[in-house]
Amino acid sequence: MEKRVRFRSRWLPYLLVAPQIAVTLLFFIWPAGQALWQSLLMQDAFGTNVQFVGLENFRDLFRDPLYLHSLQVTLLFSALVAVLGLGIALVLAVMADRVRIGAGLYKTLLIWPYAVAPALAGVLWLFMFNPDIGIVAYALQHGFGYHWDHLLNGGQALLLIVFAAVWKQVSYNFLFFLAGLQSIPKSLLEAAAIDGAGPVRRFFGITLPLLSPTLFFLLVVNMVYAFFDTFAIVDAATQGGPSQATETLVYKVFEDGFRGLDLGGSAAQSVVLMALVIALTVLQFKYVERRVQY
Amino acid sequence: MKLRRLFLLLALPLAAQAQAVTDIQFWHSMTGALGDRVSNLAERFNKSQKDYRVVPVFKGNYDESMAAMIAATRAGNAPDIIQVFEVGTATMMAATDDGSGKKKSVVKPVYEVMAMGGEKFDPKSYVPAVSSYYTDSKGRMLSLPFNSSTPVFYYNKDAFKKAGLDPNKAPKTWDEVGIDAAKLKASGAACAFTTGWQSWVQLENFSAWHNVPFATRGNGFDGMDAKLVFNGPLQVKQIAMLADWHKKGWFTYGGRKNEPEAKFFSGECAMLTSSSAAYGNIAQNAKFAFVVSPLPYRAEVKGAPQNTIIGGASLWVMAGKKPAEYKGIAKFFTFLSRPEIQAEWHQQTGYLPITKAAYELTKKQGFYKTHPGTDVSVLQMTEKTPTANSRGIRLGNFVQIRDVIDEELEAVWSGKKTAKQALDDAVARGNELLRRFQMANR
Repeated sequence: MEKRVRFRSRWLPYLLVAPQIAVTLLFFIWPAGQALWQSLLMQDAFGTNVQFVGLENFRDLFRDPLYLHSLQVTLLFSALVAVLGLGIALVLAVMADRVRIGAGLYKTLLIWPYAVAPALAGVLWLFMFNPDIGIVAYALQHGFGYHWDHLLNGGQALLLIVFAAVWKQVSYNFLFFLAGLQSIPKSLLEAAAIDGAGPVRRFFGITLPLLSPTLFFLLVVNMVYAFFDTFAIVDAATQGGPSQATETLVYKVFEDGFRGLDLGGSAAQSVVLMALVIALTVLQFKYVERRVQY
Repeated sequence: MKLRRLFLLLALPLAAQAQAVTDIQFWHSMTGALGDRVSNLAERFNKSQKDYRVVPVFKGNYDESMAAMIAATRAGNAPDIIQVFEVGTATMMAATDDGSGKKKSVVKPVYEVMAMGGEKFDPKSYVPAVSSYYTDSKGRMLSLPFNSSTPVFYYNKDAFKKAGLDPNKAPKTWDEVGIDAAKLKASGAACAFTTGWQSWVQLENFSAWHNVPFATRGNGFDGMDAKLVFNGPLQVKQIAMLADWHKKGWFTYGGRKNEPEAKFFSGECAMLTSSSAAYGNIAQNAKFAFVVSPLPYRAEVKGAPQNTIIGGASLWVMAGKKPAEYKGIAKFFTFLSRPEIQAEWHQQTGYLPITKAAYELTKKQGFYKTHPGTDVSVLQMTEKTPTANSRGIRLGNFVQIRDVIDEELEAVWSGKKTAKQALDDAVARGNELLRRFQMANR
């Protein structure tokens, strides 16, 4: 009795996979190839005057102090989003795991933000923090005497998009952490408790190591999220301002390409961004995965 | 008999085909009441004749619609008419058919469209300060000015009265604005002065109003090798003055575009420099008496004020369309340029009348007497003949250059840079953008 599924046909498997391959080629490989090719060109807005300039776009990019500033902003932003997103989600997951009454309600409310579109998340937080009419800005001014104006203060603008991005991502992380926590055998924790381990010792000695595959997976996903999927939040909330304080790399690609109409430079930036994220992912798999205990 | 009836029945749809209406796609960025007016204009044109139908489509704001138009053009699906803002002029001009047949072009210049349509077209009938912005070095009009505005000064009469100032005396010079601001703040006003469109008002128009260059080569009109020079001593003095006012709390920064207009009509700031096209919004929302007066100037500059330059947008026509469509477009443009249509548009929106005839008609109708201040914008543009420094600005990548200027000015308001530092940095960054544009279009 064969335990494996066997396709007798020679061509059926290929036929069944063909639609997905077609979609991947059309929506991922082809545009990526175009971007690679366009990064080697310099052209006017309409594409009527195209010149091959080799690596000049890349050279211009690394000589541009604004690009290096954007790189710094992105690294800081991603680090904050990853650390806060994972930390808060872990704490909430641990607490939600222990709740008996109203567990379903808490979990629903905590997962809800994941369903909110990123652009909407940006707008929600923008309204709350609006210097003139936002309720949080009002509370800060009248409760603590702190003047919030993210239209002029770059640090506050960065905090704003960090809040919005983390708020959205905590739901996703929470879901995975909760599932991971529930797969830890209760008998292990009970045995440790009998041996006299306190809750903190149990957490760091048993729970965390057993959660590490989930943690590693989420680290990679959160990093990709912070680099790419936060575009809508930046566009809705701060548009890269003030003075480029929230100009993340992915937003700069959009600005230079579609508002500045510099397609060569924008394509070069997206190539660099892709290489950067690939490199970071490879690094994570090489060094961080070693510490994961499966 | 039956055969003849059959023939007639078959021939009817064919006859209808021969009279098929030519559709003209018109992409614009006019929102709210302005968008309704554009639709209304298109409807009236469509009703006035049977051969052409203008289809106005709102394509998002100026940035978005320009990006959409470029993408559509690259895909071979360009609209017939597109409304492009003034900062996109250099990009459009670089892509215009210059008649030499040398390069592939995607834009059809308006003077050619009018000739193709057999429509009478006299560039001299348009207000020079408006049409010169969109005219090439050979004196040919490349796009049709549609909604042009210019910056003016608004002030709150009630706030003036409260501060003990004469509500009928508009401050003429920036020094006088400073004196008024001090009194307004002393009377307890939340903010005395704000400005919309800071780059357009306080640097571009400021330079033209005082007849100093914003960029070399006639502000870019004479060549793509222009360099920015708006960090001259006069401009630095103006920005430094505003920075000082910001520190004193006399000047409140409200945003890069027209957000500060809300600060004015809500009563928060008593004085405002912004577009003449803000008139409609202000009149609708302000619960106080206000006055429109000319833009202030610096008293120490000899010969000031010169004239202001336009903002807003113009209508461009894309290439590669059928001759029938160009005929229709030409007819539509003639319709839009009719004195009654232009006078109505000007009176309802606060945009400038683009033809001299429309201005005269509005004067004859007594509109300026019943709506004082609405002719300030026209007078500012027509009282003096434009010089090389005040014809307008034609620089490549100007969208990004404006962003650069906005960022550097924000650094001044937040106290991070001095006026001189910020303007020098803006010039350096802007020049790099100009060089890139020059290279991409050589």
